[in-house]
Amino acid sequence: MSIYLDKSTRVLVQGITGRAGSFHAAQMREYGSQVVGGVTPGRGGTACEGIPIFDTVAEAVEKTQANATGIFVPAPFGADAVLEAVDAGLSLIVVITEGIPALDMLRVKSYLRGLSPKGTVPSIIGPNGPGVITPGQAKIGIMPGYIHRPGSIGLVSRSGTLTYEAVWQLTQLGLGQSTCVGIGGDSLPGTSFVEVLKAFEADPETKAIVMIGEIGGSAEEEAAAFIRAHVRKPVVAFVAGATAPAEKRMGHAGAVIAQGQGTHASKIQALQAAGVKIARNPAVIGRTMADAIL
Amino acid sequence: MRLLEHQAKKLLSSWGVPIPRGTVLTRLSQLSSAARKTGRYPLIVKAQVYAGGRGKAGGVVKARNASEAKAAAARLLGKKLVTAQTGPAGTVVKALLLEEGLTLQQEFYLSVLLDRSRQVPVVIASREGGVAIEELAKERPEAISTTPFDPFLGLLPHQARRIAGWLEIPVPHREAAAQQLIRVARGFFSTDASLVEINPWALTREKGMLALDAKVTLDDNALFRHPEFDKLKTADADSPSEARSRLIGINYVGLDGTIGCMVNGAGLAMATMDSIKLNGGDPANFLDVGGGADVNQVREAFKLIVADRKVKAILVNIFGGIMKCDVIAQGIIQATQSVKLKIPLVVRLEGTNVERGRKMLADSGLGFITATDMDEAAKKVVAAARGLSPKGTVPKGV
Repeated sequence: MSIYLDKSTRVLVQGITGRAGSFHAAQMREYGSQVVGGVTPGRGGTACEGIPIFDTVAEAVEKTQANATGIFVPAPFGADAVLEAVDAGLSLIVVITEGIPALDMLRVKSYLRGLSPKGTVPSIIGPNGPGVITPGQAKIGIMPGYIHRPGSIGLVSRSGTLTYEAVWQLTQLGLGQSTCVGIGGDSLPGTSFVEVLKAFEADPETKAIVMIGEIGGSAEEEAAAFIRAHVRKPVVAFVAGATAPAEKRMGHAGAVIAQGQGTHASKIQALQAAGVKIARNPAVIGRTMADAIL
Repeated sequence: MRLLEHQAKKLLSSWGVPIPRGTVLTRLSQLSSAARKTGRYPLIVKAQVYAGGRGKAGGVVKARNASEAKAAAARLLGKKLVTAQTGPAGTVVKALLLEEGLTLQQEFYLSVLLDRSRQVPVVIASREGGVAIEELAKERPEAISTTPFDPFLGLLPHQARRIAGWLEIPVPHREAAAQQLIRVARGFFSTDASLVEINPWALTREKGMLALDAKVTLDDNALFRHPEFDKLKTADADSPSEARSRLIGINYVGLDGTIGCMVNGAGLAMATMDSIKLNGGDPANFLDVGGGADVNQVREAFKLIVADRKVKAILVNIFGGIMKCDVIAQGIIQATQSVKLKIPLVVRLEGTNVERGRKMLADSGLGFITATDMDEAAKKVVAAARGLSPKGTVPKGV
């Protein structure tokens, strides 16, 4: 068991003919993911890395029975690529693309809310994140596979390389991972901490959870409220940006303390009050987890 | 991207929201012609800076005559203004906005922004204009009204009328106010703003409802579809280094400390700064070279860091995933040679091909101080910045 994906997931790559798309399509397949097709408008009927290419997501789904996608298209076309995947009925949509305008994502979210009464709403992971990996089975994303090892720690993060750092610490301590989810660094992520925490809490293979947050917004505070009410598994958290100045965007579009909101102190306070073990030092995220589950 | 008050007001005016008559000046010699253009005294002299807290810091002055205007302009223009938000270093006032003085009857607060947690656009309004909204939200949330609206339909007329009514804007001005609300919400979308704040949104005796002060922040991710803002692209950078970093595609934020940082990934870059602080040092910058940085960007990043004279030591923290450590090591070696680095450099590499990368650094003869984990790296760079570890010392066991 795992959340979001496993080795039976049938994966498309949107933007497969781009530099990142083609490279990572091959990497994902090498890791064990079933990459069944790629989509690039105007390139249908050709192939990339031996993977058949289609003009539209709908056609790719019809021909390959894909149920998930990884999106690598340039930012101006990102929201449209997401909505194309939604309309084609994919249940897992992983958006790697960085730089999608916030108002484009706002419209995507609004469109999804309109769909929800009819039933299945897809999981959109990202944008601007490393993707999702179930170690030893499959990945949709750009994370290096070898730093992971199968196990029972669930990890959810707003960051990319900081996630690798935490995963590597866990792996070196012999703590494998059930699934690692990068929800991305934008201000309107497709999937929130709360949704991933809910999935980990329900997943029998996940015994404990690492959560990596950062300054900006209130996603960590909302996660803390959810943990307090619903999560019984041990949770360890690190929140980046204790030293970040206010009103400056720290690389990620969502990492900004705006109008006094989204400070490091407020997040740590909320998580602590919810019983979450805090790793103050990013170098001891793995160690803190090891201590928490002993 | 942040806009200055006069830039924000020009936008508002183009959306059909009234603003006071005003003129921008960047040199003292422009004052008298600017004053003539603006109108009769009293005039308001307003420092154009990005930081808030300007009024309390003396950055807004009412001038009753030409000599008062001249004194105020001379005191502000080209000088440092220290506000609650700038920190002790302050910010240099590069332009002034000279505005007509109006008689205020009532002040309101108005903003349109993205509610990140509800994932909808909202209009925030209050009868108590001119105050810090963050404080008000904490102390008396009932004094603030929040109206979510549909991103496809925009703010609807009945929503705008309801807000204007809730604010108890006098009836003769209410319809105009509602119109302004709709225009601000529409402008928010048409420019891909992340914040439009009008504080105060004022009722004046002479001109009815207008935007007396304005703050606009635009979404950097959407600038590609707004060529009209191209000229402002680096205007809001707090330093030449920040402006330069944007042109070369690196995320850089200057800070007050002595330890320069170069990291791949924004989260890891923040965590590295935190780690330095925990070990008793102070970061000189946030710098994210990005996931796919090449030798060129690494070299440019080094140039930015060493251009900061406060920097006493540098920490490079790279988690090579897709970027291989041997390639990164090559980039670091070339970059340090090309910038003729004279201060201690601590390198922590982890990830793909790490052994090869570490060996290349050790064999380079350039005296890099190496570390295997983040904590060790932070400790070593803090010591190096204090001059405790002479350059060229490669610790045993590396």
